[in-house]
Amino acid sequence: MAEPRTLFEKIWNDHIVECSEDGTCLLYIDRHLVHEVTSPQAFEGLRMAGRKIRRPTATLAVADHNVPTVDRDKGIAEEDSRVQVETLEKNCRDFGVSYFGMNDKRQGVVHIIGPEQGFTQPGMTIVCGDSHTSTHGAFGALAFGIGTSEVEHVLATQTLIQKPAKSMRITVNGALPAGITAKDIVLAIIGKIGTAGGTGYVIEYAGQAIRDLSMEGRMTVCNMSIEAGARAGLIAPDEKTFAYVKGRPMAPQGADWDKAVACWSTLPSDDGARYDKEITLEAADIVPQITWGTSPQDVLPVTASVPDPATEKDAARKTAIERAIAYMGLTAGQKLTDITFDKVFIGSCTNGRIEDLRAAADIAKGRKVAENIKLAMVVPGSGLVKEQAEAEGLDKIFIAAGFEWREPGCSMCLAMNADKLSPGERCASTSNRNFEGRQGRGGRTHLLSPAMAAAAAVTGRVCDIRDL
Amino acid sequence: MEPFRQLCAVAAPLPVLNVDTDMIIPKQFLRTIKRTGLGVNLFDEMRYDDQGKEIPDFVLNRPPYRNAQILVAGANFGCGSSREHAPWALLDFGIRCIIAPGFADIFFSNCFKNGILPIVLPKKNVDHLMQVAQAGDTISVDLTAQTITAPSEGIDLSFEIDSFKRHCLLNGLDDIGLTLEKSAAIDAYEQKRGNARPWM
Repeated sequence: MAEPRTLFEKIWNDHIVECSEDGTCLLYIDRHLVHEVTSPQAFEGLRMAGRKIRRPTATLAVADHNVPTVDRDKGIAEEDSRVQVETLEKNCRDFGVSYFGMNDKRQGVVHIIGPEQGFTQPGMTIVCGDSHTSTHGAFGALAFGIGTSEVEHVLATQTLIQKPAKSMRITVNGALPAGITAKDIVLAIIGKIGTAGGTGYVIEYAGQAIRDLSMEGRMTVCNMSIEAGARAGLIAPDEKTFAYVKGRPMAPQGADWDKAVACWSTLPSDDGARYDKEITLEAADIVPQITWGTSPQDVLPVTASVPDPATEKDAARKTAIERAIAYMGLTAGQKLTDITFDKVFIGSCTNGRIEDLRAAADIAKGRKVAENIKLAMVVPGSGLVKEQAEAEGLDKIFIAAGFEWREPGCSMCLAMNADKLSPGERCASTSNRNFEGRQGRGGRTHLLSPAMAAAAAVTGRVCDIRDL
Repeated sequence: MEPFRQLCAVAAPLPVLNVDTDMIIPKQFLRTIKRTGLGVNLFDEMRYDDQGKEIPDFVLNRPPYRNAQILVAGANFGCGSSREHAPWALLDFGIRCIIAPGFADIFFSNCFKNGILPIVLPKKNVDHLMQVAQAGDTISVDLTAQTITAPSEGIDLSFEIDSFKRHCLLNGLDDIGLTLEKSAAIDAYEQKRGNARPWM
C-alpha cells in the first residue's frame, strides 16, 4: 500500500518536470494570471532577450490595481497609471495573451476573475505576480504569489524553480456560530499563529467549519494565508467545488468534465497523511474579529480592548505594540467598540464576491450610513459580480442607505488608484492588510468582515454584529 | 544580474519587526514600468515627512548609513505584497545584503533574482550585529566562505544558504537561461500531461 499523501504532495508530485539531488525542482505551472503592476518589467525582459511566451493560452491578463472605480468612460486620469494599463494592453497584443479590458464586464480583481471564468481548477498549479494568489487554493489548486522575475520565468518557460514547502494543517472543528464568517475564521487563525506563523509552509484548512463554507468563504480564508506568512492555502475539493466550476467559460466540457471530476476526486489528502505541523481551533470559540494595529496579527475579538504594551515581556514586541498604537491613534486599554470611523471600504480580492455583498447589503437594508462616515464605498470584485448584485437589487439597497456603488477593481485595498484615505482617517475595511500607509499615507485601517463593515457604516463605529 | 561574492560595508540598523513591502516601497511608486530609479523612494513614508523633506532621525538619512550596503533588520522582514519593487528599491539605494532572524518567503526569493543576499541568522546573532550596525562599524560578508565578520565586536560567524541559490548568486546566473536549457524535459512533461489530463 502506498504511503498516504497530502493534497499538497499530490499536486506537487504531479507537476515535477525534474528534480535535482538537493531537492530543487523544476515545477510545471498550469495557469498564470497577469496584472498591470507586476508584469511590465517581465514583458520587457522577454523583449530584451528575444524570448516568446511558451504557452500564451495558459495566461490570462487583466488590469485591476490602477483602474478608476468611477467615470470609466473618461479613462484613467493619472498618467503613470494610464501608461501602466496601456503597457499591459500592448504587451498582451504583442505576445498573444487574453486580456480583459477596463470596459469588458469580465474585468475585475485578478483573483476574483480566475475562479469566475473557470480558469482556476482543482489540482492545478497557479501563479500570479501578486501575493493574494493564495486565494485560488480554495479549489484545491496549489496557488502562490511570485515576483516579477518569476513572472518572466513562467512566461518564458511555463515552469518555476522551487523547493517543496513544509505542510501545516489547520483544522477548525464544529459548526460556526451565527454571525461568524470566513473572514472571522481566518483573522482568528492569523491572531493565533502570527503573521510569520506560516512562513515556509503551505497550509491546508480542514474541519467541519471549513467544509461548511461556500466557495466564496473558502476563497476568503485561502486569500489571507499570505497574511499568516504561508506560501499558499489549500482546501480539499469536494462537490461544492465541482458545482462552482461546472459550466464556467473556461471549465472542462463534455467528456473532459467527467474525466476531470474523476481526477479531482482523488486529490483530497489520504487518511493518515502526515503534516509537519498541526493547529486546531474550535469554531464555537470564534467571535467577530477586528484588527486594532498595523499587522494582520494585531487582531482581537470585537469584545476586547486595545492591548497594553506595559504587559508585554518581549522588548521587540513591546516596541511594535507601542508603534502600532501611536500610528493608529488609539489608547492602551480602550474598548474596541469605542472606536469611530471616517470611511468604510467593502470590496477587494478578500471580500469582493457576491456573497460578501449580500452579507453587507443584509445589514445595510433599511438603515442609513451614520453621519460621521464621510464615505462608505462598495466596490464589486468584478463586472460580473456587479451585474449579479444589480440583478438582485443589492446596488439599490446600498445606494438607498448612503453607500457609493462603484466599478470593479482593487480600489482602496491598496489605494493605487484615486480611492484612498487622507492622513489620520480611520477606515473599516474588508480588505486584507492594515499596514502603515496601506490605504493612503497616515491612513488607519481596521480589517473586518463585510457584515461588520456594513455595521460599522450604519453605526459609525466598531459594532459587534451580534448586537445589531 | 550582478554576481555577489564578498562585501565589506557599513550596515544600517533597522530593529523593527515585520517590515512589510508597503513600508519598503509604498504603492504610489509601483506605477513604473522600469526596474530602476526606486532607491530615492526606499522606505519613503519613514524617510520623508508630508512635505517631502528628510526626517533626520530615520536611519538612512544619517551620515554613515547613507552609504550603507547592508541592512540588519527585525524578524519577518519583507512580509506582505509580492512586489519585486521592494528589492529593486533596496538595490537601487545600494543595499546588497540583508541580515535578519527571518524573511517572508516571496521577498526572500525575489532578493536572489536581483543579486541581493538575504541571510537568516539566530536572533541573538542578529542582535549582536545590530550593535555593530548601531556603532556605525563595518560588517564583512563572504558568500564563498559563507561567513560574516565584524572585527569591532569580535564577531566571526558562518551562515547557511541553499546551494543552488548560492551558485546562482556567486555567478550572477540568469534562471531563465538555465531553465530554457531544459526545454526537452518541459516538452516531454507537457506531452504526458496532455495525454493524461487533456482539459488542462
